[in-house]
Amino acid sequence: MNRFAALIDRLAYEPRRNGKIALIADYFRHTPDPERGWALAALTGALTFRNAKAGLIRQLIAERTDPVLFALSYDYVGDLSETVALMWPAPPRRSEEGPSPAPPPLGERALETSSGNGEEDVPLEAIVHAFTHMGRAELPAVLAALLDRLDETGRWALLKLITGGLRIGVSARLAKTAVATLGSLAPDDIELVWPGMAPPYESLFAWAEGTGPRPQTDDPAPFRPVMLSHAIEDADFAALDAAQFRAEWKWDGIRVQAVRGRGADGRHVTRLYSRTGEDISPAFPDLAQALAFDGAVDGELLVLREGRVQSFNVLQQRLNRKAVSPKLMLDYPAHIRAYDLLVAEGEDLRDLPFEARRARLEALVAAHPAQEGLDHSRLDLSPLVPFTSWDALAAARADPGAHGAGADAEAVEGVMLKRADSPYLPGRPKGPWWKWKRDPHSVDAVLMYAQRGHGKRSSFYSDYTFGVWTGETSGTGELVPVGKAYFGFTDAELAEIDRFVRRNTVNRFGPVREVVHTPTEGLVLEIAFEGLARSPRHRSGLAMRFPRVARLRWDKPPGEADRLATLEAMIGTGDGERERAPRRPSRVVGKRPAPSEGA
Amino acid sequence: MRPEELLHSTPQGLYSPAGGFYIDPTRPVPRALITHGHSDHARAGHGAVMATRETLDIMAIRYGEAFAGATQVAPYGARQEVNGVAVTFHPAGHILGSAQIALDWKGCTIVASGDYKPGADPTAAPFEPVRCHVFISEATFGLPVFRHPDPLKETEKLTASLALFPERAHLVGAYALGKAQRVMALLRAAGYTRPILMHGAMERLTAYYAAEGIDLGEVRLARDASPAERAGAVVICPPSALGDVWSRRFGDPVTAFASGWMRIRARARQNGVELPLILSDHADWDDLQAAILATGCEELWVTHGQEDALVHWAGLAGLRARPLHMVGYGEEEADNAAAPDAPAPAAGDGEASA
Repeated sequence: MNRFAALIDRLAYEPRRNGKIALIADYFRHTPDPERGWALAALTGALTFRNAKAGLIRQLIAERTDPVLFALSYDYVGDLSETVALMWPAPPRRSEEGPSPAPPPLGERALETSSGNGEEDVPLEAIVHAFTHMGRAELPAVLAALLDRLDETGRWALLKLITGGLRIGVSARLAKTAVATLGSLAPDDIELVWPGMAPPYESLFAWAEGTGPRPQTDDPAPFRPVMLSHAIEDADFAALDAAQFRAEWKWDGIRVQAVRGRGADGRHVTRLYSRTGEDISPAFPDLAQALAFDGAVDGELLVLREGRVQSFNVLQQRLNRKAVSPKLMLDYPAHIRAYDLLVAEGEDLRDLPFEARRARLEALVAAHPAQEGLDHSRLDLSPLVPFTSWDALAAARADPGAHGAGADAEAVEGVMLKRADSPYLPGRPKGPWWKWKRDPHSVDAVLMYAQRGHGKRSSFYSDYTFGVWTGETSGTGELVPVGKAYFGFTDAELAEIDRFVRRNTVNRFGPVREVVHTPTEGLVLEIAFEGLARSPRHRSGLAMRFPRVARLRWDKPPGEADRLATLEAMIGTGDGERERAPRRPSRVVGKRPAPSEGA
Repeated sequence: MRPEELLHSTPQGLYSPAGGFYIDPTRPVPRALITHGHSDHARAGHGAVMATRETLDIMAIRYGEAFAGATQVAPYGARQEVNGVAVTFHPAGHILGSAQIALDWKGCTIVASGDYKPGADPTAAPFEPVRCHVFISEATFGLPVFRHPDPLKETEKLTASLALFPERAHLVGAYALGKAQRVMALLRAAGYTRPILMHGAMERLTAYYAAEGIDLGEVRLARDASPAERAGAVVICPPSALGDVWSRRFGDPVTAFASGWMRIRARARQNGVELPLILSDHADWDDLQAAILATGCEELWVTHGQEDALVHWAGLAGLRARPLHMVGYGEEEADNAAAPDAPAPAAGDGEASA
């Protein structure tokens, strides 16, 4: 456990994706089974056991420390688990205390020590075992005994683990990627066998390290790596023949793969996977239960109300929730808009051309039963957008509502182009699939605060908080922050902004600098963004979706930047609906995303 | 007599009415006794300064030979009279030349310990407990959450990272006087043999440590190193240089910071540190208690840091204790850690409390 704790301690500070993968892989390389398997389970969120409440932890520390010293320490550190981990008194040494105290009710495994150098440690497996099998009454004694055996970092990690949430910026995908780097596997290879695996994953590690065969999975609903598209640029069209392509709306939801199959016991298993292969079914039980096909459907997860697709802001209400309540499912019914079919009735369709798969998909959706009590089907078809030339498609893209998307136009974020003859290829092959997004919204805002970045950018002010005017006209009232952006600019532009920030600082707050922002002095940033939502958490009352710096407006005085009223008018009246305000022509096509901290 | 007749606090620092001198005054005074060379304790412009030879040397390096009107060397353990007050300097274990100052007068002994650390350190003479009636202690890490880990284990975190990311430079923020040289010495103790690169701000002090016979191995200026030499090198620099334009020459470095404050995660994160090294030149909570009890003192005065907790503990331990509410000590460090990025100054940039 102490070693795993040291790993997550280090991960919590590491900003780089590749750095995190290297750290995790190094741990896997130097940690034996089954310890590393339980660590993988912890990193991928596959552990479930009885949680401890903060109240219990407070009670344990109160029994062991002076209340004034605890209060002063907690006040200073600001985090309960960390305070307790650091303050926890060293247990009495057995040699000094004579006979060792009665062993706690942990089971034999927890009492094994992993190192012979006098330092005690507890295997992760023993911790998981103890917390899975004990009763509520045993919890205080078990937890105290474990804390006695661990070092500061070990105690911190244990308390984080059992109070729910390591919060170290490591996704399940990242941990699996680290497993893949142990040998010559690709992350998708791990994803493919993952649903049939269980902790401590010994056969998975053996396969990854080349010492064992590919684990046999008889998973009836496995994930298949998805096909991704490239962003199309103006210059690409000249080389493409419109007649060879089919077009669909690009929906502003979540890419999802819905798989349903019959297990060995004859029962159906349904799973919803994210595009990276993470099983997200537990978040959408309403949708999973309603699916009745046998196969693997590729589509967009959306929220529909009264048959109408809701904006991403509405869909977001269903994401990242701990519990999926009946009310949540009623208010935000989940739905799949299907656009591809990978497997049907046990037959792999991926080598068929797009048109053939599309025909099979249309038949599958047509045969899919409607659900009682719902005003629409849980599964429908993403329609094809008819077009005869690129100009005609450009017109449809500019006004989806008038070209077949109807009332759903607000959830359309562009069009997808797919070659009629292309098979379904995993990864991001260049040529068969293109995405042609709508132009983003944009606003001229004034740079107010800048914060130093991390990793490669730690000597650059690279995270920008920008604001717009609250007054009746531009340059009047005050500037109120409306968002934060940390990419969209080139390295050369970053150096220019960094220089501006350093020369125009009016205030410092730790790593944050306030820069000059008056009607006559300051830097105007043209900010591109995908949408706006009302947000009580922000002083401006607005939250921007996916904001980035589109252009530096050195030429523009801050007094001519946009007003808050302009942004509010973009929101419209609905529940965080996408606005209908005209969009400006794109200037960000071809801008590459952030070098180190991709979106 | 009351101990305050021998020593009491004033806005300028601790003052001895009986001896007519200050200890570590924060403003220029006619006569000063200096515990150690950190800039919040050792300032330029005093009339007469008494300190260890090393501290006087360090002050001359930082402020020039004319940093005081007159100087007098106080060897460790030698008893000297100052206006009838007997003054003895004892090792404090904080940095090279650091001392506790014991005052004896009319049967009363007061020890002003300055900054101190009882743990092992190859770059400083080891801390010696001195029996006294009144012990004056700092409390920089005076909370039970501060228990410094084994310095060698912390150093191994750095060498492990070097092994894992051999192509990336490892920038280690460390205060220019004391911490920087201690990190170098610890790396050597951990078996690290490559040349260590350093920021120009610590060149003269590092050369002085080496001249004093402390083995730091090969240490070179980072600005003279070729790109190939910088790759995968350990580069020691003042904390302020970590976020400075200076650091860009290292490409995509791993950013480490050697300080007792790194024990607190929020503190490390706030500074953008990726590899916190918990290395302190101050006593931790357990050390403070042991050091105070070892003096056999009847009374404890606390100068700066987390004085509330230490005073509370002393009360529980049956000691009379009070905070002196002294200002001007350990404060530069807070500004520094908050990552200003002005070019790193030549010296004296807040290495006070880490």
